[in-house]
Amino acid sequence: MERAERVLFIIFAITAIASALNILLQRSPLYSALSLIGTLLSLSALYLTLHAQFIAAVQIVVYAGAIMVLFIFVIMLLNVPKDQPQIEKQKGLRYLAVPFAGVMIAEMFYVFFDNKRPIRLSSMPMPSGNVDQAVGTTWNIGTALFTDYLLPFEVTSVLILMAVVGAMVLARREGD
Amino acid sequence: MSSLAANKRKTMVPLSWYLALSALLFTIGAVGVFIKRNAITIFLCIELMLNAVNLTFVALSGFFGDVGGQLFVFIVMTVAAAEAAVGLAIIISIFRNRESLNVDEVDSLKL
Repeated sequence: MERAERVLFIIFAITAIASALNILLQRSPLYSALSLIGTLLSLSALYLTLHAQFIAAVQIVVYAGAIMVLFIFVIMLLNVPKDQPQIEKQKGLRYLAVPFAGVMIAEMFYVFFDNKRPIRLSSMPMPSGNVDQAVGTTWNIGTALFTDYLLPFEVTSVLILMAVVGAMVLARREGD
Repeated sequence: MSSLAANKRKTMVPLSWYLALSALLFTIGAVGVFIKRNAITIFLCIELMLNAVNLTFVALSGFFGDVGGQLFVFIVMTVAAAEAAVGLAIIISIFRNRESLNVDEVDSLKL
């Protein structure tokens, strides 16, 4: 059981990183978008290993479904040209990216793999009590969302309304 | 404290693995923003960084047994949907005006 969880983690972590790297390697934005869907799906599987069932489902429905369909729709609508490095002006940025990535990775190893910190030894608590109401179930999230977190929930609806109006205004043709 | 210890079972996947994966994905996304010149691909890399942070939230929420992190992820997802709608509308509008999505050519705000 213990080993199975680790194997699952490693499989989906490798898939996530491989498709994330593929986003950078592809020249065409359409293939980059399809690779991002691979990352999103493996992250959804990782959420399941963290006992976050509701978020895993929402990840597939909202992210890999709705948001990525919007991206692919726009890419196909615009018939986007491929990335053209020959007319690149900011060549320096490309060389800046390597030390930048190095610094971030070094920071990560410093913070997460320092033996003095207890974070490495943590283990996942098993849900105690009623399993139907454990952290991460729809019951649990819905109860918290409509009691303690009601204000953020309502504010989000205003934000989405603003986004809908803003998107329509921005994408409208002049003179319509 | 004793109940916390009773809840712990032998380590399955350590928390640091999830955090390391999240940091790696975030780094890949940040490098993508640096090296890519297509506005839509840069946008995709930003989505990747958002997802890396979401993984941190869900991992810490699971390990601390607190639902707050997962609610935050839920709200981040709705904000990401709003951001995608507005951002893609801006990209459509840029493409209409300039017939290009290369961010090097969109420099009218530059001094």
